[in-house]
Amino acid sequence: MGETVQPSWLSGSRTRLWSAARAARGLYRVLRANPLTFVGFLMVAFIAILAFLIVAVPFVTGLFGPPVSILPHDPNELLPCAIPTECATSPSAQYWFGTDNVGRDMFSRVLAALPLDLAIGFGVAGFALLVGTGLGLVAGFWDTPGTLGGALSIAIMRITDMFLAFPSLVLALAIAASLGRGTGPALIAIMITWWPFYVRLVRGEVLAVKHLPYVAAARAAGVSGIQILFRHVFRNILEPLVVYYTMDVGTVIVTFSTISFIGIGVPPTVPEWGGMVEAYEKLLLTAPWTVLAPGAAIFLTVLAFSLLGDGLRDILDPRSRRALVQTTTAPGLASKGAAEA
Amino acid sequence: MGRSKVDLAIFVGKRVVWFVPVLFGLITITFFAGHASVRNPCAVWVGPHASPDTVRNCIEYFGVNRPVWDQYTGYLSNLFQGNWGKDPQGGQPVLPIILTLFPATIELLLAALFLMVVLGIPLGVIAANAGGRWPDHLVRLFYLGGWATPAYLGAVVLAIGLGPVLGLPNSGDFSSTPDPGWQLTHMSILDSILRLDTGALVDAIAHLILPAASLALLNLGIATRMTRSSMLEVLPLDYVKTARMKGLSDFWVLYKHALRNSLISTVTVLGTTAGSLLSWIVVVEEIFLWPGIGKYAFDSILSYNFAGTLGVVVFFAIVVVVANLVSDVLYGVLDPRVEWR
Repeated sequence: MGETVQPSWLSGSRTRLWSAARAARGLYRVLRANPLTFVGFLMVAFIAILAFLIVAVPFVTGLFGPPVSILPHDPNELLPCAIPTECATSPSAQYWFGTDNVGRDMFSRVLAALPLDLAIGFGVAGFALLVGTGLGLVAGFWDTPGTLGGALSIAIMRITDMFLAFPSLVLALAIAASLGRGTGPALIAIMITWWPFYVRLVRGEVLAVKHLPYVAAARAAGVSGIQILFRHVFRNILEPLVVYYTMDVGTVIVTFSTISFIGIGVPPTVPEWGGMVEAYEKLLLTAPWTVLAPGAAIFLTVLAFSLLGDGLRDILDPRSRRALVQTTTAPGLASKGAAEA
Repeated sequence: MGRSKVDLAIFVGKRVVWFVPVLFGLITITFFAGHASVRNPCAVWVGPHASPDTVRNCIEYFGVNRPVWDQYTGYLSNLFQGNWGKDPQGGQPVLPIILTLFPATIELLLAALFLMVVLGIPLGVIAANAGGRWPDHLVRLFYLGGWATPAYLGAVVLAIGLGPVLGLPNSGDFSSTPDPGWQLTHMSILDSILRLDTGALVDAIAHLILPAASLALLNLGIATRMTRSSMLEVLPLDYVKTARMKGLSDFWVLYKHALRNSLISTVTVLGTTAGSLLSWIVVVEEIFLWPGIGKYAFDSILSYNFAGTLGVVVFFAIVVVVANLVSDVLYGVLDPRVEWR
């Protein structure tokens, strides 16, 4: 596949325009071939805009006067009700997702949790992406035995293997619990355990790409190692990386909310989907909306990222793309030689 | 690099040797994360109302007032002598506890893997056969939906919502507790079969269905995805076309000709899946009160039971490494093109 890619030192603005047009056409073909991917794309866009508005509207209006929230109620406000612990009312026109047992509006609580969960998903996965990609590029590119790079590469891979040899949630739980409880320790715990997946992915892709003829050609033309790494190798492993990142945002959200569900993540006053499911677990039979509303929120959010990422993966994997679309759409795919297990 | 028995032995030997630093690193991280942040675990263990004498005895007994480095080296040297430390609740040695609880976890894992195979592989075949048409999308939506459901949410809904509706017991407390002398294997199903006790067998299966289903449904995608993509590779091949041209029925072509060749990767991925299922088993066992190692891990982590947490970390690492090794060897045995290296 690599032969179709022009060495980047040849590419001018015309080539770039051409490949952008080609990518856009490819995207259209892909969305037509797979409506679910398109649905996932729309859902992710909607969720991201919603989260942005929830944070930005109070902030911007706060600059000019009293902040206005787009949430109908304050998430921790106790709405008037007779018996303080039996205030759960079913969904109505006033309270779309009902209220919980102490009389808080579920719709506001679920929405209030969105920016936090989404930011953590993007942030932790982004951190892992940066760290893991850096280490993976080094470990894959300079792995000649006997050199300094080779020794470094071995060290990186041993540490990575150490983390990969263990169920990451259990390690994250152990670390989060012993660092003390709260949002910060939960975040640190996930960040510590998350980057190794990216190292493995990136290293595998680099190993698959770096012996392709176009890289050898660049080397023969006198391009320096660093330039080859970033211009020729890195660009061609971007696609699997983007796919993995997309799926991973959802996985991070699930993991973070699991830590909250267990009770060592966010404090009870902060609305968080996993924490809510835990808090209302006992109400599932009497007031099911209290569990189902945050449950549906996390389900739809993760589903959106999974639909988008899974669809992209199918599209970018040359073998299943050939079987599905029967045309080549995206240029320059790294051969998926690296075992995915 | 070949396929002789010597090559296999070298392959296995290398992996075992590599495992030592991995284990060492995991122990170090978990040990220091715990001991650096909790200065006096005895205060937590004996509770807030204990007399100063009790606290002193506890400190004396577990030696938690020694320097952290001493405790660390002491733990390591004990570990290699088979002494995995003592559980602060009751002061029992950790290793026998883990070994007693492990069979119940294995039982749950195997049941979940069984459901994943029985449901996931046919779904993958259906999806591949429909490549790009609506059954494919439907299957994709189904398994991504499972993936987007956090384990705790699925387990809570199954345990509290669905269990009573179906009349299934929702806790691991078995209604007919057998004579301990008869718990030969500590696997409820195997034990009841060995005892020829049909009542206990029905009871055991009823207890197993929901936890296994919640583990399996959430991870169905792994089997389905793998089957689908390897089927997509096989379906356009000449021998499959020949089988179709011979007039064989769809069922015969798909399951007897195509699936056989695409199963290799699925089977091996399931082996590594068993390792990652351990993450979710912690949550699922806690929610269903399944008396296995996952629940013990959960309780240990939350109660600052360092010996228990470290014991589970060491044990899980061994399980994951063995599971990965078995699936790698299985892959090599099933696929004659693989060389051991």
